[in-house]
Order: sequence, then structure tokens, then C-alpha cells
Amino acid sequence: MKDTIEIRWHGRGGQGAKTAALLLADVAFKTGKYVQGFPEYGPERMGAPITAYNRISNNPITVHSNIYEPDYVVVVDESLLDSIDVTKGLSPKGAIIVNSIRSKEEIEEHLHGYTGAVYTVNAKEISIKALGKNYPNSPMLAATVAVSKVMEREEFLTEMKASFQHKFAKKPEVIEGNMMALELAFVQADKNGAQ
Amino acid sequence: MAIRERLSGNEAVAYAIKQVNPDVMPAFPITPSTEIPQYVANYIANNEIDTEFIHVESEHSAMSATIGASAAGARAITATSSCGMALMWEELYVAASNRLPIVLALVNRALSGPININADHSDSMGARDSGWIQIYAESNQEVYDNFIQAFPIAEDKRVHLPVMVCQDGFITSHGVENILLADDAEVQKFVGEYTPEHYLLNASEKMAVGPYAVSNYYMETKRAQRQAMINARAVILEVAARFEQMTGRKYGFFEEYRMEDAEYAVVIIGSAAGTCKAAVDEIRSTGKKVGLIKIRVFRPFPEEEIAKALSKVKAIAIMDRSEMFAATSGPLGAEVRAALYQAKNCVEVVNYFYGLGGRDITISDFKTVYSNLETIADTHTITDMYEYIGLRKEQTEEV
Repeated sequence: MKDTIEIRWHGRGGQGAKTAALLLADVAFKTGKYVQGFPEYGPERMGAPITAYNRISNNPITVHSNIYEPDYVVVVDESLLDSIDVTKGLSPKGAIIVNSIRSKEEIEEHLHGYTGAVYTVNAKEISIKALGKNYPNSPMLAATVAVSKVMEREEFLTEMKASFQHKFAKKPEVIEGNMMALELAFVQADKNGAQ
Repeated sequence: MAIRERLSGNEAVAYAIKQVNPDVMPAFPITPSTEIPQYVANYIANNEIDTEFIHVESEHSAMSATIGASAAGARAITATSSCGMALMWEELYVAASNRLPIVLALVNRALSGPININADHSDSMGARDSGWIQIYAESNQEVYDNFIQAFPIAEDKRVHLPVMVCQDGFITSHGVENILLADDAEVQKFVGEYTPEHYLLNASEKMAVGPYAVSNYYMETKRAQRQAMINARAVILEVAARFEQMTGRKYGFFEEYRMEDAEYAVVIIGSAAGTCKAAVDEIRSTGKKVGLIKIRVFRPFPEEEIAKALSKVKAIAIMDRSEMFAATSGPLGAEVRAALYQAKNCVEVVNYFYGLGGRDITISDFKTVYSNLETIADTHTITDMYEYIGLRKEQTEEV
């Protein structure tokens, strides 16, 4: 594994891409890593394209610029594929993970000839199955861990469970559904070739 | 024992405030510092601290109320950013000239216009002549550490000046990074109980704060402020030494990064210093001797020390994250060059502007800067003394 893994998230305001990046930083921190999680701020409004970033390393990170050559790109909203060049600078040795009902082959047509690995995750379906609502960020987070292997899956699940128990202390009934969303995302990522 | 955590810069400052538990915090929310008073309000609502939070109607009132509280004898703080601080302007001078040890958490951001919410040093650099001590941070760790150190500096009897603790908007204020926190008891012991010498609520000592001073007193007041700023130098270092004993983290007026044998140096303030360090490491691995000086304390300005640290280099790039429209230097550029002149050092110097309004600066940009310095040192020719880094080329000379 490279010393520093760089991840770029694309989403729309209100979908939780920023939260997912901060959660990934959080959980990687808990497994002993040095982390950065930060959004790129533009006009703040629901539905506007937003970008968020992660650096995860075994050593202290001093760089404070945005990420232009990520190892992984996560697209939380596939409608961005036609308006933003999401694979710009993306390492061909890395991968892109797209939240979509469509097949990998269909998504590839929108990726400007990107030669690295492409994964699709139907985060909406997973989320509705597990939580009864469309919260795509948890499944996308799990898929990102499965594909990037920035941490062990078991470690990830243990830390996420602890974090949900803390976050949902007053509504413990949603913890199981959230954990299920993560596990279903692992299963689907594996089915699509992440293992 | 240090607590290993991951926090945003705003969370780190709010946590430091919780640990210090100041008496009064008047504040008005402005992006991107809004989270600081918001988190503090939570701590207060949860009975974790007993700070008196004052909801004010503007930043002018925020600083006015902070001044009032401080003059009354309270340990008073506030937080702001950008146009919020611009609205405090008049009161900034009042706080400093009344020698009130206020601590201000400033999240550095551009001033309008065009309207912009991103990182830039225009707000604090504009206030550099207001009589406040200014301390800047590269990372969340540094802003937390600086914030704790600000109290014993401001409240020292030799100083009695307000301190502005600055961090870069969004880049550190909203970026989550690893951080080591001191425990509550250690912080409380470090800052100590605040015992003002002279204060309005002391019934046994009648006094006035902020009175009219005609020409035969005004100048003496300014000279006294100057003396306090001179005294602050020693106090800043004493407090840093005490902080190092507590945490093991060493601070001075500035940080010298790989400067031991450096031939080419960048002088910079804030979060971009971290990116520059990564560039220094990469360039060093090719055998070239490059280094970095990161300014921590801009007011008082460490003139002699900076000149000494730069005495052996062949070329220097001073990097400003704000304009002062002198049509020549930026604020850091002017100070560093004055320092070099005093030291009779005629080394090659360029002054670059970068990162205005949040424009990103990358490792690759810094590599270009060092490469320019090498060319300048080799040819003794400077083609662009003042240059904007990362500018859209087609607009360079548009008016």
C-alpha cells in the first residue's frame, strides 16, 4: 500500500458526501492512521455539486492542498458524470466507485476512457432495503473501504458500530439497519469484483 | 497525558475554550468561524462550562461587549472572521489601547469583494497595525496550542495586550486532522486563574477605561503600547518554553524547516506551510538545499531573528496571502525585506502573492517557486519581483 492514500468524493449538497468523507477520516483515525477529511467549499446550497477529500496515511500529513491526482474517486450522485470530469487526474492503478443502478459497462461509457478499475454500487437500493430510506453515504463508505482496502473490513465494521452506538444513543433501533447497509455494500462490491 | 484525537480546527479551538472556561464570550456568527461559538454554546447548554455567552447583534457589538467584560475584570474572548472582523475594526484599536488581555479566535478569510468565503489573510493583515499580538497556525494542532498559550501571553503584567489567534478558513477550520490534546487539568494549570490588576468592578480602586486623551497624553499611551509589544517578545518565548514542558511541542516566533544548510528559502504564514514542507522534502531528495521559514508570530515582528535565520541563503521567496495594494510588496514581504535591510543583507528576494480568496496552492507550485529561486541566484536577474502564483494567465494584466 502506498504511504498516503488520496480519495476524492463527488456528490451534491445534502447527500452526505462531505459527511462520508469525515466519517471515513474518523474511522481510519480510530484504526491508528493519520487522516485528513475536508470539503471544498463553494456556494452552499442543496443539490449543488460538492467535492470532499480524504488523505489517509501511516505517517503525519502536512499537505493542505486539494487532491488533484487521487487514488480513488467516489461518485455519490451519478447525474454528475455528464457535467463533471470525475476521473480527472485519477490514477489508472486506482479505481472509481459510482453509486448507480446501471452496470459497470454502462458507466464506463461516461468516464472519458478511464483505464482503471470501475465499480458500481446500488447504494439507493441497499439503503432502502436496510434503512427504509435513501441515505447513500453509508453504503458508499463501505464500498470505498472494500475497494481501497484502506483498512481491514472487520476493523471498519467494529469501529462503525461503535460510532453508530455513540451517534444513535437515543435511537438504537437504527443501528442494526446502518450496519446492515454497510454489510450489504460489502457483498455488492465483492459481487462487482472488489474482493 | 496527551489525548489522541481527530478534530477540525474549529472543534480544536472550541475544545481549548472549554478547557480554559473563560468568564465571558460575546459572539456573532460568521462563516467559517460560526462553529466555534456554536460548539461553545453547546458546552454551556450542557453545563460543561459556566462561561457567560452573550448573543450580540453585530461583530461591532461582539468586540464592544468583550471589551466591556474584560475592562470589568473578566477573562473575555470572542471569535470571528473576515467581514466580521472588519466590522470590529474601530473596537480592535480600543481593546489594544485600553490594554485589555482579550483573546480572539480568528478564522482567516478574504474580505469582500468580490464576495468570497475562502481562506485569505486580508482580514488579520489589515488589522496588523491595531496593536494586537498576532499568532498564526499551520495546522489544527498549532491553532489549539496557540490558543492555550494566548492567555498567559495576553495576561502577563509586562504585556497586557489582546491576542489574535489565527487559522486558515476552511483549510484548517473545517478540515479534520489528527491532534493531541492536553488534559483539562493541565490546561487549567497552564493558563491559571485570571486575576486582573486593575478592573472596573473593583470597588476599592476607582478607575476610568477608555477616556478622552488630549495631545499631551495620547503619544505616551502609544509609546506604552509599543513597550508592551516589545515586552511581548520575551513573554511569548517564556510561555512557549512552559508549553513545551507540558506537551513536548516546541514553539518560537517562527519555525525553521530544513534551514540548516538551505540555499533557497520560502517565508510563508499559515496552512500552506505544510504543503511547502512536502515540496521541500521532495526537492531535498534530489539533493538540492531548500528550506522554509513559517512565521508564527507576526505581531510583534521578529525582525532580528528572521534576518539571522535568512543570513546564509542565496535567494528568498516571501509569500503573501493578502494584498496591501502598495503596488509593491505584500505585508509579509515588506516586513521581511525591512529585516534584511537592517541586517545589511542584500540577498536576492522576490515577493509572491498566492492563495487569495482560497485559490489553492500545491506542491507543484512550490517546486516552481524554488526553481525560480535557483534561477535568480544563478543569474542574479529578477524578472518578476512581485508575482501572483496560480493566476489565470489570460487575465494577468487586465484592468
